[in-house]
Amino acid sequence: MKNELIKPKGLVTNTNRRNFLKFGTMSVAGAGLLLMGCNDDDDMMPPMLEGVNLGSGDIGILNYAYALEQLEAAFYASVIAGGYFANASAEEKTIMGDLEKHERAHRDFFKAALGSAAIADLEVDFSTIDFSNRTAVLAAAKTFEDLGVAAYNGAGQFIEDPNYLLIAGKIVSVEARHAAAIRDLINPGSDDFAGDDLIDSNGLERTLGFTDVLTAASTYVKTPIDFSQLPS
Amino acid sequence: MNLLKLLDTMCPDTNSSEEKDMFFSRREAFRQFGDLSKKVAMAAVPLGVLSALPKVAKADTASLIGVLNYALTLEHLEYRYYQTGVESGVIDGADLNIFTKIRDHELAHVNFLTEVIGNVLMGTPVAEPDFDFTAGGNFSPFTDYPTFLALSQAFEDTGVRAYKGQAANVMESDVVLTAALSIHSVEARHASMVRRLRTKKGQDTVKGWITNGSIGSLPAATQAIYAGEENVSHGGVDVTALTGIDAAAVSEGWDEPLSKDQVLGIASLFLA
Repeated sequence: MKNELIKPKGLVTNTNRRNFLKFGTMSVAGAGLLLMGCNDDDDMMPPMLEGVNLGSGDIGILNYAYALEQLEAAFYASVIAGGYFANASAEEKTIMGDLEKHERAHRDFFKAALGSAAIADLEVDFSTIDFSNRTAVLAAAKTFEDLGVAAYNGAGQFIEDPNYLLIAGKIVSVEARHAAAIRDLINPGSDDFAGDDLIDSNGLERTLGFTDVLTAASTYVKTPIDFSQLPS
Repeated sequence: MNLLKLLDTMCPDTNSSEEKDMFFSRREAFRQFGDLSKKVAMAAVPLGVLSALPKVAKADTASLIGVLNYALTLEHLEYRYYQTGVESGVIDGADLNIFTKIRDHELAHVNFLTEVIGNVLMGTPVAEPDFDFTAGGNFSPFTDYPTFLALSQAFEDTGVRAYKGQAANVMESDVVLTAALSIHSVEARHASMVRRLRTKKGQDTVKGWITNGSIGSLPAATQAIYAGEENVSHGGVDVTALTGIDAAAVSEGWDEPLSKDQVLGIASLFLA
């Protein structure tokens, strides 16, 4: 049964005092990300229903990936419904259509794999992106794809189960393929597909941690994301 | 990857004062070398710290050396291929920047892995083998540009699968795993670019991603490179059945690993 892939035990273990304290500092640092109990002093409990908690351990990492895939899938759904796509070249229509399918497949895969441990649907906000404008759409796509690669590369070391590590590895290289294609659409024939802004002098690509990734994503996500229990 | 950052998060997980001293002296050495010879220091010292930790036992170190020497063999192949290609004049002038960039990355990978194996894990980096990129006279990559592009795609897609297949074998070391992942995604970027370039030039219809394990117009000898890429089932979930998305698109959305033996079988075609 597909829902048995991932046991939700990670949700109730590995919640220690250290992670709780870390959450306390992060809610200050990432005000846009974690809006817990800000506007009502009478609340005895934070309004947890509005936000999602990624959980801990491997479940937490998979929910982290699921959150990013939700964001990407929602983005490309908006792209193919927008004015840029309607008038795009045949090549760009194929690419955007493929990316919409790939990200939707990733999203639905994580939801099924996580089963009852999956976070709720995130509410996205793409009001800053003009979906009728090619430059704006490609710039946003570049941001999402590069961010996804850096996120998976940065999270790999925290995964404990080699089977999950392999699944993440299967997906991250496709995100990198996407990122290279988008970058080439923006600056055709250049070496931006693997640009020096991302690849260091050892030939290693940028990695990003949970805080950096979710802070970058928070521009486009309304739902508060509690990632305080992720491994560190 | 910011190795200095990673270094700062590491602590000597030991009660031995000797090991703690080694850890801190290596960390300090890294900071001092940082300005003088950034490249070598970046490669050597943080992973040197790692070898000082009791967490990495000798047997594990031997295993890491084995995996990294395997990776180094592939990087030697890729670097020599692109270096020879760039020197040969076979590459269209308009594309030279692309292949120079790829060549530079492969050289950086060779140097990085050599440094880590030799001066950090204290192993012996494999010497560069003698390559025969004609595969016994079957290909002419350095006089025929379409062939050069075809083999380039084959090598990049193989590299992606090879690194992916080793992730679990280096997961005992966070730093080595992160470095391997950070090479893996660079190879995937190369692969995407070369695949699309071939299609732009009318030599194939492949996309940046791999569809149904298809070799496209590549020579039949490359079939082993794409075998298994048609998979649509992951972690017990049949994604095609789950989503209703066509199998071609689902197969594109996940890249598959290859074992060391499978990859060396492919690479052996190009060993002299």
